[in-house]
Amino acid sequence: MIEILQPGLLATVQDLGRAGYVDIGVGRSGAADLAAHRLANRLVGNQEMAATLEITMGGLSLRLRHAATIACTGAWCPLTGVGAMDWHRALSLPAGTTVRLGSPVVGLRSYLAIRGGVAATPVLGSRSTDTLSGLGPPVLTSGMVLDAGYLIAGDPIDDPAVGLPDPARALSRGLTVLPGPRLDWFTGQAWAQLTGGSWAVQATSNRIGYRLSGPPLERSRSGELPSEPTLPGAIQVPPDGQPIVLGPDAPVTGGYPVIGVIPRFGPDGLDALAQARPGHTLRFRAR
Amino acid sequence: MPAGRLLPYGDRAVLIELSAAEEVIAVRNGLSRPALAGIVAVVPAARTVLVEFDPAIISRVALSELVETAVAAAAPDVIMTSDPVTLPVYYDGADLAEIAARVGESVEAVIARHTKPDYIVQFCGFSPGFAYLTGLDHRLQLPRLDSPRPSVPAGSVGVAGEFTGVYPRSSPGGWRLLGHTDATLFDPGRSQPATLTPGTRVRFVPA
Repeated sequence: MIEILQPGLLATVQDLGRAGYVDIGVGRSGAADLAAHRLANRLVGNQEMAATLEITMGGLSLRLRHAATIACTGAWCPLTGVGAMDWHRALSLPAGTTVRLGSPVVGLRSYLAIRGGVAATPVLGSRSTDTLSGLGPPVLTSGMVLDAGYLIAGDPIDDPAVGLPDPARALSRGLTVLPGPRLDWFTGQAWAQLTGGSWAVQATSNRIGYRLSGPPLERSRSGELPSEPTLPGAIQVPPDGQPIVLGPDAPVTGGYPVIGVIPRFGPDGLDALAQARPGHTLRFRAR
Repeated sequence: MPAGRLLPYGDRAVLIELSAAEEVIAVRNGLSRPALAGIVAVVPAARTVLVEFDPAIISRVALSELVETAVAAAAPDVIMTSDPVTLPVYYDGADLAEIAARVGESVEAVIARHTKPDYIVQFCGFSPGFAYLTGLDHRLQLPRLDSPRPSVPAGSVGVAGEFTGVYPRSSPGGWRLLGHTDATLFDPGRSQPATLTPGTRVRFVPA
């Protein structure tokens, strides 16, 4: 069992998300940085469907009531209380260990896996917390006690050479953007601005949407769009011209025109954006 | 025979743009059954249908052909003929009198207009289990409130634009409210979590 001492800014239980219920209005949810989440599970030998803790901006501390094997991935935080401090490693720790994550040096979201997975009652096939609809396990609070589950696939991996995703490198390369369905609602200059300009991540960004600020993207036509289905990664542009990239907890329909789409998978897609802190300036590359 | 326009939606989806609500329902039904290899999800909305696919199983070109065939074959007059879901409504909504004033009719006449049609769930969105019902009487097609209410009670029955619908749970909202129902429209613990799924026929009756 794990006792949460301090959750930090925001910590939630996440897995691969809630597939198959979009047509009844249920969002996809799931880990914001899927690659880091998957890696954490692999390191402790979990099945891929196991849930991890998604920790925003570090600051989480927990106490292990039983001996456990854990691994941390994603945004790199100083880790205290674990003896040989290691990120991206399976750590076998005795009962009573207190683990503390400091503030991340790079990136925003860290993942902490425990061997067996974080136990929680699945809701519509997923243990992910959907911060918009409230489906899934509650957001972590101080004093909460979590169990480890039984979703074990194999032995923990103790290989420091296991592939390390590097959020900082992906962000500095620029994120991939593909044309969206309503590109023709914008001036030609808007696409050039989106793909050529610098975009600052706003402090109001969250799992529902990553809000960017920069030179306003201008529409070539006015009017309203009837509600359209959306996907995480869709770049919606409200009338103020400041783009919002939909995150994992975004609503499944929306009325703002989508100028472009950032791929959900791959190193230069949404996983990288999930690691961009407020104030970070990022660039896009058209593909 | 709807003529759908295929719009790009990233590396794993395409958006089909159609011109009428009936076409959306027909195309969504055509693509949803039987399950087609490589199609991950088919998500309808007001005038569009999103088709999510797995590029490891089906190429974009093959998917586009499949979608075009399905769109051409979709028959708008064939609608899923399930028994309608009947929802008892207490017509006591906060906006009922104002709606009647806007329509220029009595409250009773407004209720009669709302209970007369068989509606069809065109799509769900906004929140889990929130269904957009098509078939609303033209006279009741009114714009959203200028300023949304911070909290609309669960079960509230409202109208907005071409749609009518029911708030499955308390949330902010800008629809004009006709009344409320006691029915539970969304419960993730049920085998069918949402009462109103795309294609379902719906009738409102005075409670």
